[in-house]
Amino acid sequence: MLSRTADSLYWTGRYIERADFLARILEATIRLAAIPTRGDGDAETVWASALASAGAPKALGRSPTEKSVREYLAFAPDNASSITACITRARTNARSVRTALTVELWEAINGAWNGLAEQGQPTRRDDFGHFLEWVKTVTLSVEGAASRTMLRNDGYYFLRLGAAIERADNTARLLDVKYHLLLPEGERVGGQLDYFQWTTLLREVSALTAYRWVYRDSVKPWLVADLLVLNRQMPRSLASCQTSIVRYLERLASDYGRRGPAQRLAAERMRAFETSKIETIFQAGLHEYIQSFLAENGRLGQAITEQYLS
Amino acid sequence: MAFDEMSGDGGDVRESYRGLARWLADAPEGLLQARSRQAELFFRRMGVTFAVYGDAESSERLIPFDVVPRIIGATEWAGLEKGLIQRVSAINAFLADIYGAQECIKAGIVPAELILTNPQYAPEMQGRRPPRDIWVQIAGVDLVRTGEDGFYVLEDNCRTPSGVSYMLENREMMMRLFPDLFADYPVRPVETYADMLLASLRACAPEAAGADPTIVVLTPGPFNSAYYEHSFLADKLGVELVEGRDLFVDDGRVFMRTTEGRKQVDVVYRRIDDAFLDPLTFRPDSALGVPGLMTAYEAGTVTLANAVGTGVADDKAVYTYMPEIIRFFTGEEPILKNVPTWRCREPEALKHVLANLGDLVVKEVGGSGGYGMLVGPAASKTEIEAFRKKLINDPDDFIAQPTLALSTAPTLDKGELHGRHVDLRPFVLSSPEGVKVAPGGLTRVALKPGSLVVNSSQGGGTKDTWVLDV
Repeated sequence: MLSRTADSLYWTGRYIERADFLARILEATIRLAAIPTRGDGDAETVWASALASAGAPKALGRSPTEKSVREYLAFAPDNASSITACITRARTNARSVRTALTVELWEAINGAWNGLAEQGQPTRRDDFGHFLEWVKTVTLSVEGAASRTMLRNDGYYFLRLGAAIERADNTARLLDVKYHLLLPEGERVGGQLDYFQWTTLLREVSALTAYRWVYRDSVKPWLVADLLVLNRQMPRSLASCQTSIVRYLERLASDYGRRGPAQRLAAERMRAFETSKIETIFQAGLHEYIQSFLAENGRLGQAITEQYLS
Repeated sequence: MAFDEMSGDGGDVRESYRGLARWLADAPEGLLQARSRQAELFFRRMGVTFAVYGDAESSERLIPFDVVPRIIGATEWAGLEKGLIQRVSAINAFLADIYGAQECIKAGIVPAELILTNPQYAPEMQGRRPPRDIWVQIAGVDLVRTGEDGFYVLEDNCRTPSGVSYMLENREMMMRLFPDLFADYPVRPVETYADMLLASLRACAPEAAGADPTIVVLTPGPFNSAYYEHSFLADKLGVELVEGRDLFVDDGRVFMRTTEGRKQVDVVYRRIDDAFLDPLTFRPDSALGVPGLMTAYEAGTVTLANAVGTGVADDKAVYTYMPEIIRFFTGEEPILKNVPTWRCREPEALKHVLANLGDLVVKEVGGSGGYGMLVGPAASKTEIEAFRKKLINDPDDFIAQPTLALSTAPTLDKGELHGRHVDLRPFVLSSPEGVKVAPGGLTRVALKPGSLVVNSSQGGGTKDTWVLDV
């Protein structure tokens, strides 16, 4: 397969996943901002944290507002990673490799792109909420079309690999939102607001019910982290994403009859997950753990690019 | 009255159309319109689109498709086929000669300055031979008709002729929409085109490539007007669709970047003009090409289809010499006629053209796609006067032809059938194994009543072209 074709598939996977993540981040933030608190300026902190989780902490200067952050993350033409830009880029990538896609997958991606114009750029909170719902629905249909109709060959693996790398990145960032959400003075760790913040995060990755099934316990920070970092049953956890990454890389290696730096790096990181305990992670600092995870994930993406995509 | 493909000069229905006429007479009211709407829906869903330059509003547009087929009888076709093979064989011999011994210049068949100062002439090719000495692997020859036996060649497209995807897609669509018509008609299949092309390109590969050469289709990318066709062809041929950045040259050979490392490429079916092929040799600002491609080409390690420098054979000024060229290289009388043409570079001809602008079609020598031309009878006084100035300033750049009464074919317009002017572009493939013509082609139709401009960029549509077996 042409490296460019693989690259386009990989980025189609990444951009669709990122669009979904941005929709979830925005939903979470709208919920968090709605919690009544005592201090002034808390809403701004919440919206600033959304920017930080999206990887653009300084994009809007010192005092981002709800309106400016929503606009920036959802629609801004000058933000290469806004929802609109992600869907457009996914479609551009897909269009350049159309023959590598099934009709169903192409129609799902092209349909999402066509839908952007119909959706417009709603500003009212409820309309905006509908827009985010729509984004989650179309990304889900792209995912479904890929999994139902694509041949299981290198094309599929690159598409999935992109999605898995991106998803790992996103889960890590979502978890980090909590780090950026400083508790206002007077609120204690484990208190009402703290509790609400954690449950909102769980809800946004559709994991609140999963949490109760797995832990049969009230929402506790280290258990939420355990679910999103180490739990293999949870499809969005870092460990699950890593398992997918290893699986797709190994299939490529076996189809091509050659292993390379990307496979070795991925396997090495998988071993690290197998021996990790959430207590140790918390002792060393969750934020630091996540930052180092993000850096390693970036290195793995780079290794994949060098080995296959360029 | 122009000659009509269905009713000839207004008498009985011509033999090849009789079955269709009977079928149309029996068809329930509104059937054609319903099928026409269906076709449009199918095409839109499949994304069979053509980008129109300078039309920001809809950069991906559908070419209108007319559901009434254009039918060519077996005997008519046999004559056309013979003429096309003769003409394209002569063009290949002409190019080999121009870039070789230049016997046709020495013999005074074509003026030296017309060739050597022609912008399409590629000095890089002088004294060189492409692999297997085939120059125009794929030609799309534009024909028009004025009477029962009156076929004329309007243009020889020898660079990167397009439209073949419409020949194939239109047939798909017709078989889907009118299966019963095909049951009654012995229509020759065009679906074999992909196999013909693949066999032809393989046979043109450099000898060192062995029995299973690697072939690619080279496209300028998704923003090119014919991108759909490029991806369609790559898909049908079962080969990679590459852009310039997917290829690189190392040690005089061409490679593509794949997920499994580099892979040598033997044949490039390129849909990029000469000027953009290699920034080291041609336009340095070209981001579409492959640096060093010409070095590999000159080393004979890769076949380009078509060869570099073939534009000199389909240049509108050289066109006027084609009858002499055919006689010179084949020793035969040309089977297909040229449209009588005035070369405005000749003072006598220019005088005649200026005096008769209102009756003539004037074309820019290097133009294509229906841009930069004047259709005298359809033009306003102001347009004619504006064109007169251009012509006087730069007579070398223009040729003029009489306004031909292009044949018409029944075409659906608001639920009724009306005669609309058509042309025909058959596709001709050349390889060491011979010259072959696909049994069909692209019929373009000027949808506006009375219009003679069939180009898709100017509001023309297409029809399925049936070549009958008996």
